Amino acid sequence: MSATKVAKIATHNEGRKLFSSRTATIVVWTITVLWTIPTFGLLVSSIRPKQDIFGSGWWNFFLHPHFTLSNYHAVLFGTGGSSLSGGILPYLMNSIVITIPAVVFPVVIATMAAYSLAWVRFKGSDFLFYAIFALQIVPIQMSLVPLLQLFTGGAHIGSMTIIPKLGIAGKFAGIWLPHTMFALPLAIYLLHNFISALPKDLMEAAYVDGANHFVVFRRIVLPLATPAIAAFSIFQFLWVWNDLLVALTFASGTEEVAPINVKLASLVGQWGSSWEVLCAGAFVTIALPLVVFFSLQRYFVRGLLAGSVK
Amino acid sequence: MNSFLSVNLPKFGQILSALAIFFAILAVIFYIAGKANGRKTKPIATLVLLGPALVLLFAGLVVPAFQTIFFSFKDANSVKFIGLENYTWILHDPNIHQVLINTALWIVITPFATTGLGLLLAIFLDRMKRESIPKSLLFMPMAISFVGASVIWQFVYNFAIPKQPQTGLLSAIVRRFGFTPSNWILTHPLNNFLLMIIFVWVETGFAMVILSAAIKAVPADIVEASALDGAAGWKLFRSITFPMVRSTFIVVLATMVVTSLKLFDIVRTMTGGNFGTSVIANEMYSQVFVRFDQGRGSALAVVLFIFVTPILVFNIRNIRRERSIA
Repeated sequence: MSATKVAKIATHNEGRKLFSSRTATIVVWTITVLWTIPTFGLLVSSIRPKQDIFGSGWWNFFLHPHFTLSNYHAVLFGTGGSSLSGGILPYLMNSIVITIPAVVFPVVIATMAAYSLAWVRFKGSDFLFYAIFALQIVPIQMSLVPLLQLFTGGAHIGSMTIIPKLGIAGKFAGIWLPHTMFALPLAIYLLHNFISALPKDLMEAAYVDGANHFVVFRRIVLPLATPAIAAFSIFQFLWVWNDLLVALTFASGTEEVAPINVKLASLVGQWGSSWEVLCAGAFVTIALPLVVFFSLQRYFVRGLLAGSVK
Repeated sequence: MNSFLSVNLPKFGQILSALAIFFAILAVIFYIAGKANGRKTKPIATLVLLGPALVLLFAGLVVPAFQTIFFSFKDANSVKFIGLENYTWILHDPNIHQVLINTALWIVITPFATTGLGLLLAIFLDRMKRESIPKSLLFMPMAISFVGASVIWQFVYNFAIPKQPQTGLLSAIVRRFGFTPSNWILTHPLNNFLLMIIFVWVETGFAMVILSAAIKAVPADIVEASALDGAAGWKLFRSITFPMVRSTFIVVLATMVVTSLKLFDIVRTMTGGNFGTSVIANEMYSQVFVRFDQGRGSALAVVLFIFVTPILVFNIRNIRRERSIA
């Protein structure tokens, strides 16, 4: 190929690239703006006075900017009327109380199981691993009713009681436990992928030095598996924080245990009277996941990619 | 404020004590089990490390799944067996027909919408110089719960009676173009599609991020070589880029099918399943917890399970094959 021809193709490509890159930029930014407008509208609404929210669309804010934080004050401290008399803070606390153990428990239990299946091998190790892996096909809906019965009534065969009633329905433990159970198949699968790929020499050197499995687990596996653990933890955090179904089923809607997402969903049903409460409440609800999203985006992506099968 | 503290401090106490008890038990068991030596070392380690997970999986998924299948052959209160009656109800009840049609629409439309749009964005992003800001903003809804997203879109779909100021964005736009807005969420079958838009809004970013990673992984020299051969634009995409990302595309598509099959939150929050918008997962919840018909609810759960299983098996196989190649 002659030099001029190469140069020609090069300029041709340059031209095509330049053009398509400009088109690409315009298309992407147009969609991005469209994608951001709804969230932006909610944010703007949440800082407008009540009568403005009812009286005109949020875009009028830019013509008549009246700014107020009273909606947030009303939502947080419960001065906003009957639909939210105690404020949303108790529910926010409940979400935190639900989420932390519901992330820590499955992560620890799954890491232990994954290490055991990968490195403390016995005849059925592989079979068990695939069986656990296959449990991902069971939708949560299949477990709701039987689990709720287990929590309220225990388990019986005939008149014989196998498991006494646990009495944890409507308590935090009654939400931590289902979240832990439902998280395990995916968590064990992901962590097993990672932990089984740790260097064999390292493990064997530790065993030769006299370390038992528990020491190896704490001193070698846990620190080395941190990236996988972090990725799964973020996925699980989002899953639990944003969950509606498990919380609706296992937490009553009360101020004592219901998470903020459940409260927000119930506020939607009473709109009209509580528009201003709704928009500020929604922002309080999505604030923490958004902070996690923007500050830990790289790990967030990893967690989502890893957890996409759930 | 004081009453607030008196209510919520004990809650934090619950976190701390739950975590403390959990780790204390683990520490004690690890310590005792670590003392074992000789032939028993390995079985004990297996029992301690694997046991908790197996017990939880057994009690939380395996046994309940069989119980639900069992319940689906019994009546509302799980008292007597009624054979396949709950399933014939699903096949013959006109309300459930609407539910099944809606679910079918969801699993056909939303996966293609999210994955297709995600692919388009991924391709265009690849050509852009500064892609990080739009990428973040497009991906952001993924961090928002479906409930939060529903509230956000309430402000778009809000409708006020004519002559009142329209505070909903959609109504205002429609009026600007000289049409009369209708009460969107009550308008069947349009409302189904409006709910799907919320799902697409949340999930497109996910499809985009995964497909974007796949496109970036296409070797640059292959693209350059075919560009030298004269392939460009659509042709380049059809003959080179798409075949290279096809398997990822199918994985994302199948993931979206499963997600939309299990979809519950948007329908529950926006309409509660009323106005002809219910889907299987929502109907299952309504049957069990609103109408207290455990038999029918369980049968719907089983239907969901039957639909989800082949897609998930297919998807997991694909993911594993891709991993083994990579």
